[in-house]
Amino acid sequence: MKYVLFVCAPADDEEPVRTAVTALLHPPSDATTVRVRGDEVLLDDGPFARTEEYVAGVDLVEAADLDEAIALAAKHSAAGGGGPVEVRPVRG
Amino acid sequence: MEVPDVGEPDVKASGIEEAVAVAFRAEWGQVVATLIRVTGDWDLAEECAQDAFAQALDRWRRDGVPRRPGAWLTTTARNRALDVLRREAVGVAKLREVAVLAGDEPYDDRGGSAYDDEDASGVRDDRLRLIFTCCHPALPIEARVALTLRTLAGLTTPEIARAFLVPEATMAQRLVRAKRKIRNAGIPYRVPPAHLLPERTAGVLGVLYLLFNEGYAATSGADLVRRSLCAEAIRLARVLARLMPDEPEVLGLLALLLLHDARRHARVDDAGELVTLEDQDRGAWDRAEIDEGAALVESALRRGSPGPYQIQAAIAACHTTAGTAEETDWADIAALYGELARLVPSAVVRLNRAVAVGTAEGPEAGLALVAELEREGELTDYHLLPATRADLLRRGGRPAEAAEAYRQALELVENEAERRFLEKRLAECGA
Repeated sequence: MKYVLFVCAPADDEEPVRTAVTALLHPPSDATTVRVRGDEVLLDDGPFARTEEYVAGVDLVEAADLDEAIALAAKHSAAGGGGPVEVRPVRG
Repeated sequence: MEVPDVGEPDVKASGIEEAVAVAFRAEWGQVVATLIRVTGDWDLAEECAQDAFAQALDRWRRDGVPRRPGAWLTTTARNRALDVLRREAVGVAKLREVAVLAGDEPYDDRGGSAYDDEDASGVRDDRLRLIFTCCHPALPIEARVALTLRTLAGLTTPEIARAFLVPEATMAQRLVRAKRKIRNAGIPYRVPPAHLLPERTAGVLGVLYLLFNEGYAATSGADLVRRSLCAEAIRLARVLARLMPDEPEVLGLLALLLLHDARRHARVDDAGELVTLEDQDRGAWDRAEIDEGAALVESALRRGSPGPYQIQAAIAACHTTAGTAEETDWADIAALYGELARLVPSAVVRLNRAVAVGTAEGPEAGLALVAELEREGELTDYHLLPATRADLLRRGGRPAEAAEAYRQALELVENEAERRFLEKRLAECGA
């Protein structure tokens, strides 16, 4: 399956968007947001848009299932920096 | 010719209905779980399971109840799925996949086939797959609860809506959305791998505990469906304990649920007011549930891997196995709260520990722990913090200070029953 990782940055961080892809996405209710705090991978059952962060970059990834996509998101450098990563499935 | 259904047709008919009802309770989750695995389609799985139970009413009346109803129902539901998929002209590959189930787990009425619960790895694990998928953390918590009740416990959508006091359409939509997310987001249908298993298991236990508490909070006047959530949670915890016999926290949760449930008739009086633990009629407690819960928590703790549910169950066991309130072993309870506070860094747990220590070692020891919480600025808006201090001061023979603390608690309390209780205590302080 294909997933888009929306990589977020805190509102005061002015990093430019790194990549651009064209993909038709499933709705935000199908999103899962991944945050990493220390060793813990924290999951939120929706999109991140409720917070102050903005989209700083987009990555298109291939994964077997949601658990694998979550693992990829948790390893993302932006997640390590404390920013949330929203995992959104791409329409088949 | 007459049908070979000689004698007592009425008795027999109701006997069959009873047999189907029993099979429904015992087998629904298993049938749905297996059908989801082989078809990959949650709606189709539910539909075919429903159809199999409807057929059972007819066929069992005619042919008698099969020796292994679960295997009969799974095979019948699978055949139905094959029919539907054929009609929808699904690809040959998928049909073959579904048909393989027949070779996998043949329905064989002589018994001893691969279907037996103990050795059929595929079928046996289906219910576990279903539990973990229903409780996946990427699903909203309300959806996890609703899906678990629908697909595992077999409650209908209207029943679940009533249990959670929401309109039926809202609950139906919640279930549709959850199943859509499982499909669209690719939530895997499996038992999580070892590195995810501990936190995912904790997630499943959390859903079952929430389910139980929803039912436990329902008063005696509430809808029966709502109150039945306690029984459903216990039933699912039993299934989980059978499927994961090596997980002491699963046993701990089952024990905790049983020990709470044992007190359900005694915790509310005739006027609907909550009765405190020490004032409850211990004769109204369910002895069988207490014995089972206490034995379970003991065997869980013997594994040497204590967790929050085991400790809470051990605390509940201390309370429920004491013959009278005065015989309660507060030293044990205080020690258990100490351990719980180490495992779960929560201010509420520490406050409970202060109560236990205050009872076990005297009010001054409890007051020291309350003061610690106050110094750290914990629970500043929580009425039970000053209420606990007030109670310890009252018992320590310091009525003037106690009265002052009761007044602070009254400023924060919201629940009417608790307010009345605190006002009564304040009056007793002679202020």
